[in-house]
Amino acid sequence: MQTHLTINGTQRRLDLDPRTTLLDALRHHLGLTGSKKGCDHGQCGACTVMVNGRRINACLTLACMHDGDEVTTIEGIGQPDDLSPLQQAFVSEDGFQCGYCTPGQICSATAMLQEISDGWPSHVTSDLAGEAELTSDEISERMSGNLCRCSAYPNIVQAIHKAAGKNA
Amino acid sequence: MKAPDFDYARPSSLQEALALLAAGEGGAQPLAGGQSLMPMLNFRISTPEMLVDLSGLPELRGLEQTPQGLRIGAMTRYCELEAFPDLAKIQPLVAAALPHIAHDAIRNRGTIGGSVALADPAAEMPAILLALGAVISLDGPNGPRDVAADDYFLGYYETACEPDELITSILLPKIEPGDSFGFHELVQRHGDYAMAGVAIRSSGIAPLAGLRIGFFGVADRALRVTALEDALNGTDGTDIAGALSHLSEIDFQGDTKITAETRAHYAGVALKRALKEMLT
Repeated sequence: MQTHLTINGTQRRLDLDPRTTLLDALRHHLGLTGSKKGCDHGQCGACTVMVNGRRINACLTLACMHDGDEVTTIEGIGQPDDLSPLQQAFVSEDGFQCGYCTPGQICSATAMLQEISDGWPSHVTSDLAGEAELTSDEISERMSGNLCRCSAYPNIVQAIHKAAGKNA
Repeated sequence: MKAPDFDYARPSSLQEALALLAAGEGGAQPLAGGQSLMPMLNFRISTPEMLVDLSGLPELRGLEQTPQGLRIGAMTRYCELEAFPDLAKIQPLVAAALPHIAHDAIRNRGTIGGSVALADPAAEMPAILLALGAVISLDGPNGPRDVAADDYFLGYYETACEPDELITSILLPKIEPGDSFGFHELVQRHGDYAMAGVAIRSSGIAPLAGLRIGFFGVADRALRVTALEDALNGTDGTDIAGALSHLSEIDFQGDTKITAETRAHYAGVALKRALKEMLT
């Protein structure tokens, strides 16, 4: 069936079987293989992309459900010659080992920093009325949907701290 | 794994959605946020002939404060409920439980109505509705009707909602002065489905009164044990050994994670911890 998506700012028209997940549409039909398939059922976060600014698991949604939506993948966040602050920080802070979870981590962190600046509290935010401080606990809690089997977590947290400082 | 072949429709009105469900004669499956349904389709646990995507129905969206309480449109997403102004004051139990429901990326898509319609026995929302005495509004070919949460959850993924009906909204009754709430769940990893959990409402704290305790992750559905509530009503909630004996009424289920015996133990632990947090 016909689905229109805006992917990283470019309008794309797809003719897909309705069963096609957004993740398979990105990887197989559009050649955007940055988003990774880890568990394929919402447990690992490797496929995290942003839809209309919100982070979601691309494996848990059908492409046809997003007709007219704006999708941002890791390819839209930065490119090798033009890295986003978070991508630079993941490199400089050694925020990965094998790198498989990294695109999902960076998409998730990009949306997460926006959520904090929009004033969304989390489970560990102590002052619900005030601004959430970007503590390591806050980062860990908010990034808890993104697994890293190499367990690069300390460096991922460090990279997010560094990138957030740069943005501030 | 890939999902079985299905047709997809995205109706633009409730009437159209209900007509599609009726025409499907049980083969049409409503699709809300998809955060549980998608894996069930991909594992081929669910094999509908048609998915009826409810995301194009504005009448199922939104949150409204009414004199009776907070009315939640069935297609309201968890992230929208989380962001509702003063939620911690209006519905403290919901505000306390929300961060335990999966992770941000899932809450950005998952809907309240979808959770309640699926009725996963380990999901938090059904137990919260039991604790609050919520009312679930349905619509279908025979017209709209309201079902109390106590009469809604019938068994393993089985509810009072007929295949040709849809949840339109859920009413969380207004909290009263003196109401107190507790929530605790035991999970392997924060955000996972619970191995056992409780959601509690009490209309007094010393002594406990009018208790409603929703257990989840324990049996084939979210449930209350009224004998246990009766045993705790009128007490200060510190010595609950006697009341815990009523947990034997629950048909605890074992799975690949834990045995039924361990689950029974965890249910008691979750209740003790939730009460302790309420009383301090």
